Amino acid sequence: MSRPVPEEEYGKRVSGAFKLWMRGVRDPYLGNVEVSPETAGEEDETLLKGYQEETDRMIQRIHDIENNRRYRLFQKFYRAAAAICCLTLVVMLLITVAYLPPVGNADNPAHNEVAAKYIEDGLQDTGAVNIVTGMILDYRAFDTFGESNVLFIATCTVLILMRNDKKEGKGSAEEEERLDSFYEPKDDRILQTVAMILVPFIILFGIYVILNGHLSPGGGFSGGAIIGSALILYLNAFGFEKTERFFTAKTYKIISFSALSFYCIAKSYSFYTGAHHLESGIPLGTPGSILSSGLILPLNICVGLVVACTMYAFFALFRKGGF
Amino acid sequence: MQIFQYILLVFLIVCAVAVSFSKRLLNSILIFMSYSLVMSIIWILLESPDLAITEAAVGAGVTSLLFFATLKKIHAIREEDEENHEQTGS
Repeated sequence: MSRPVPEEEYGKRVSGAFKLWMRGVRDPYLGNVEVSPETAGEEDETLLKGYQEETDRMIQRIHDIENNRRYRLFQKFYRAAAAICCLTLVVMLLITVAYLPPVGNADNPAHNEVAAKYIEDGLQDTGAVNIVTGMILDYRAFDTFGESNVLFIATCTVLILMRNDKKEGKGSAEEEERLDSFYEPKDDRILQTVAMILVPFIILFGIYVILNGHLSPGGGFSGGAIIGSALILYLNAFGFEKTERFFTAKTYKIISFSALSFYCIAKSYSFYTGAHHLESGIPLGTPGSILSSGLILPLNICVGLVVACTMYAFFALFRKGGF
Repeated sequence: MQIFQYILLVFLIVCAVAVSFSKRLLNSILIFMSYSLVMSIIWILLESPDLAITEAAVGAGVTSLLFFATLKKIHAIREEDEENHEQTGS
């Protein structure tokens, strides 16, 4: 059992003395050790000159590229080897390309029954006018789920690498950001005006691309990237104070998690059934209208949300180490 | 149309070579952006507008922005500017 020791007694013990020494209160060596002032050493001129000459000779030997035969030989060899490697690779690739079947040939291995089935039955099966979207979000929806997860994992990795958790003082997120944008113009009037006019239209266009993913070119990924770049433009124009009002790490977590979970619940049965369909019970609707083609529209929205949040999160993490 | 396509393809190759031979990192990124833009036009000519939209948004937009942010973080852009100042000043 340890018992509390009074302050004076503790000061006389070894550990107490050590503690006082560490704190700088009492120096046990003061008065016990002889301290003599340092005498300035005399500079030997000839010795210094000798050192200097030796250093010069060494630098001359190493860096004198013109007269250094070994270095020149190595440089020549390096360039020749690089050229040979490049040429070999180019020739190999060109020979391989020469063996590929010509574009548009009917006998190509790409023209098999899978493509024929997708093109013929795509509209009937998925209800999507845009066959590509019908393919990636219905026939091959599980692959797209994997892609969304790859994006999410990439954000997690960037978060682990770039996260800056310090709240105040030197090295904190705010301080770093302030130092980082020290030379940038603050409250740039031109940028702010342009952003104020452009950002709503860019976001609107992104929403249009996402919602019409099953009717026209585009879809979740491209629309999400467009919205993400609009958010980045807004962030650059108005700074983190404005964006943190509507987008924080919590928002990112909630949106990403709910979108990915919905996608997982809606489509992960493919993992067990292969590419076979299960009856979802959602009517496909008339092809060509917005509310058609079953689950494709909500899945597009999910992918778009994940991609938009990921793009913004990437930029914020690179910029500040948090958002 | 065929000639336009060939011009674009040549421009693509020139861009790809220029990215690696450009001395300054900032110029490399700008050339990379134009590469992505030309690539998206070629995707449209190859009749895959889905890819074209994605290429324009991701390749020319977000990737270059991330490159800029990274260069800024590792102080690659500012040091180049300082070097320029020294060269013009002396």
